Amino acid sequence: MTLSQVVSVAGNAGNYTVKVRRSPRYVDMDKCIACGLCAEKCPRPVADEFNEGVNNRKAIYIKYGQSVPLKYAIDPNACIYLTRGKCRACEKFCPTGAINFEDKAEIVELKVGAVVLAPGYQPYDPSGEDYYGYDSIADVVTSLEYERLLSASGPCMGHLMRPSDNREPKRIAWLQCVGSRNTNRCSNGYCSSVCCMYAVKQALVTAEHTHGDELSQTIFFMDLRSHGKEFERYYEDAKAKGVRFIRARPHTIDPLRGGSGVRMRYTTEDGRQMEEDFDLAVLSVGMEATQDNKALAGIFDFSLDSYGFAQTAASNPVRVNDGVFVAGALHAPKAIPHAVTEASAAANEAARLLSEAKGALAVEKTYPDERDVTQEEPRVGVFVCSCGINIAGVIDVNAVVEYAKGLDHVAFVENNLFTCSADTQVLIRQKAEEMNLNRIVVAACTPRTHEPLFQETLKEAGLNAYLVEMANIRNQNSWVHQKEPEKATEKAKDQVRMAVVKAVRNKALTRLKVDVNQKALVIGGGVAGMTSALSLAEQGFPVVLLEREDRLGGNASHVSATDFGDSVPPMLKDMIKKVEGHPDIAVHTNARLKTAVGSVGNFVSKFETHGETRAVTYGAAVIATGAKESIPDEYGFGSDPRIHTHLSFDKLMQAEVSTVQKADTVAFIQCVGSRDSRRPYCSRICCTHTMKAAVKLKTLNRAMQVVVFYRDIRTYGLREELYRKARELGVLFVRYSPDDKPQVRTTPEGVMVRGLDPISRFTLEIEADYLVLAAAVEPHGNEELVELYKCGANADGFLNEAHPKLRPVDMSVDGLFVAGLCNYPKPMDEAISQAQAAAARAAVVLSRKEMLLDAIKSYVTEHCDGCALCVDVCPYRAIRLQESTGEDGRMHRMVQVDPALCKGCGVCAATCPKDGVRVHGFTKEQIKAQVASALESLSGGRA
Amino acid sequence: MKQEFEPFIIGFLCNWCAYAGGDLAGVSRLQYPANMRAIRVMCSGMVSPDMVSDALLQGADGVLVMG
Repeated sequence: MTLSQVVSVAGNAGNYTVKVRRSPRYVDMDKCIACGLCAEKCPRPVADEFNEGVNNRKAIYIKYGQSVPLKYAIDPNACIYLTRGKCRACEKFCPTGAINFEDKAEIVELKVGAVVLAPGYQPYDPSGEDYYGYDSIADVVTSLEYERLLSASGPCMGHLMRPSDNREPKRIAWLQCVGSRNTNRCSNGYCSSVCCMYAVKQALVTAEHTHGDELSQTIFFMDLRSHGKEFERYYEDAKAKGVRFIRARPHTIDPLRGGSGVRMRYTTEDGRQMEEDFDLAVLSVGMEATQDNKALAGIFDFSLDSYGFAQTAASNPVRVNDGVFVAGALHAPKAIPHAVTEASAAANEAARLLSEAKGALAVEKTYPDERDVTQEEPRVGVFVCSCGINIAGVIDVNAVVEYAKGLDHVAFVENNLFTCSADTQVLIRQKAEEMNLNRIVVAACTPRTHEPLFQETLKEAGLNAYLVEMANIRNQNSWVHQKEPEKATEKAKDQVRMAVVKAVRNKALTRLKVDVNQKALVIGGGVAGMTSALSLAEQGFPVVLLEREDRLGGNASHVSATDFGDSVPPMLKDMIKKVEGHPDIAVHTNARLKTAVGSVGNFVSKFETHGETRAVTYGAAVIATGAKESIPDEYGFGSDPRIHTHLSFDKLMQAEVSTVQKADTVAFIQCVGSRDSRRPYCSRICCTHTMKAAVKLKTLNRAMQVVVFYRDIRTYGLREELYRKARELGVLFVRYSPDDKPQVRTTPEGVMVRGLDPISRFTLEIEADYLVLAAAVEPHGNEELVELYKCGANADGFLNEAHPKLRPVDMSVDGLFVAGLCNYPKPMDEAISQAQAAAARAAVVLSRKEMLLDAIKSYVTEHCDGCALCVDVCPYRAIRLQESTGEDGRMHRMVQVDPALCKGCGVCAATCPKDGVRVHGFTKEQIKAQVASALESLSGGRA
Repeated sequence: MKQEFEPFIIGFLCNWCAYAGGDLAGVSRLQYPANMRAIRVMCSGMVSPDMVSDALLQGADGVLVMG
């Protein structure tokens, strides 16, 4: 339901009636074919809000090329007919009669059991802030405007131009924290969490969209916050590539004479006044709560914080009310991985609430009957994608199209701006029908991400899904040969030709169904593991929970309160009680996984518990093995009892609060073992941990001197409040650089910490009663699990997700999911939502009694004589030798493949001397045809 | 002008690692010469010796099996 808004809700969790007001679209969605003629003829231009008003759209429009549903709509505030009663041009030109000016708003009543709210955020609007000059200077743009300027589908088609004179800017500056961490000119005291990284990304991506080598990118920042997984490396890479980072907040931006470019004035840390000209200034605007939050809070009865974000409890970070769940920026600014994780977490909570009704309304998608193409001559349709400018910016797609037309068996060729868009899928179906195509080749991006989409399209067109073949002319061509357009075009032609010869040899394949073992294994009994286990058990899936220690709880047993002040011990106690008492959860402590065989839907493992070996069968597993505080090997740690880590100091504060509060001075050193060559990542939680401890100390004893030595304070999101509170309470912050770390020596009087204050340029020495080291978070050895499951970990040893943004809790091995600190350091609320998300994703596997296997499996041919060479080489033990007595009374030997175990690796096929075993979709004949086709160009072009 | 020899290479790329690596190289915009033609296979173990010799006999200057 688009153009719709919630008006009211009645009922309670499990049984709501939601009234929704659907505004008129004035276009009949069934009739509109999104041909765009209406927009072409519409005489009324309107600033295009999707492109941040950089260009115009029409009063009848689609928001952007990949909109779902891809149907036009009339903007009633701009339409000449709807505002002034005359025009109806669109109606005249629409070829399908889809325009309906009689369309009226309607109230729709929905019966639902749970509600997920995800209204998103709105960007901060810097209008009216004179010192940024956003209103008056053409070449000051917001980061979202800049994002559109860079985009291939944006107003300048990805050819970067600045607004004042449409020329390519060379010197570009980003200003961080515009509308964030600011209570002076606006009231957004929080950090928006994402702007540092998007600025770094924009700075790096800019280099791809500009010509020549005079480009210079400068980022003005306060603290650079690269606290996400792999973010610190990205930041370091940007520095290495020449992006300039200046720790300053420019205080004045003036237009340059002539109307183009800006002059910026700023003060460096050591007090020098600087003046510098830039061609373009980008304001890294922060995230704000949407205007709708208040209305939603009223309708669904939950509270908002002073910024307008929804308030949730750490124990269930996506719940605002009994049956009402939230995801994304509604309850705090956050980056995509976290928002996507929360979306799954919210779905999990809804599924838990409604588990009894699960599947009651499910309808199976049906496809037209599959056409048998075995007797048909191959007729190949080739679709060449431009991918905006991603492909067409390097490869001459028209030349590729013309070339493909001349290939054997090719019956139809077309170029698309985005072959993956919804409208192109309709087009492929239409063309397959019209032109009687029986093979499709898509020359676009990688089959690893997009083949399933096109397989679906073939099924909808009544063709077997395996009759599609992709030519990867983006990831493995245009993106990697950016400076060689001619060679790239030649390569693309070869790739298309190779895909066509393979497609011609593709056969219809069927996928096998296997039973799913509807039980789960959860590895790790910390908060994340327990959350996943409870979520799954409450949805009716039996769970085996393995914990390496002798008790449940993990790191949470050392934590007294969450970042937002919720008390942890009672929450943890309650959680452990629920887990231990749940009839569907079997807890094994002192447990260690020993083996893992099988695949999604059917895993078998052995584990050791209290010296005994046991077996477990399961359909999916959640890995939540946690992480630990590292042991510092610097700043005198271990040599003096007054030198602590966070966890040992927390313990001391609990046990001997009266002693600690008498301290005159407590010093903290940040990034101990993080962000260095050994652990080149940010441990994400230590800055906030220090703030919590510092605020607590200052609350215990206002006279106490608390000094924090830091590199960048990374109290992201609403955690910034703690940082502000610490400063208000008088905590001193002294920045140090990794080349000039604080010096620590111990004396009987105190722990002496010496450091250079970069602002006053004075070296200061502090005599501290306690020194607290913010030690890095490091993973427990995940090597064993990686080895057992053949799953992935990053260079730092944290378990990897299948895709950091799109699949943040799936692992690369199907049926495995990841949650908590073993994936990356994170605070408890994030670990909980990730665990809820992992449970939701695991439940997707476990809810089905049977599942479809991929069809790429090996099969035995009539040439097999039972020599059994393949049996030994099969790494999955999927092949067995079968002996039978024939009618002639003689013994026949042949091998047999178990398709549930076979992964289609084809080692058998490469070993077989007689072509007795092949892999579907990758037969020797197909591969050799591709080889021959690849080398075809040699005979013609090169002797 | 003397033309520099540029080999023409057939690459067999395992779907799960080398081919994924090739995709990642694209995402990371790592630039490399355009003289290899990649053939996606489900495992480098699928590449039989005769596929390699076939490629060489038909004129390939080199064969890369990556997995």
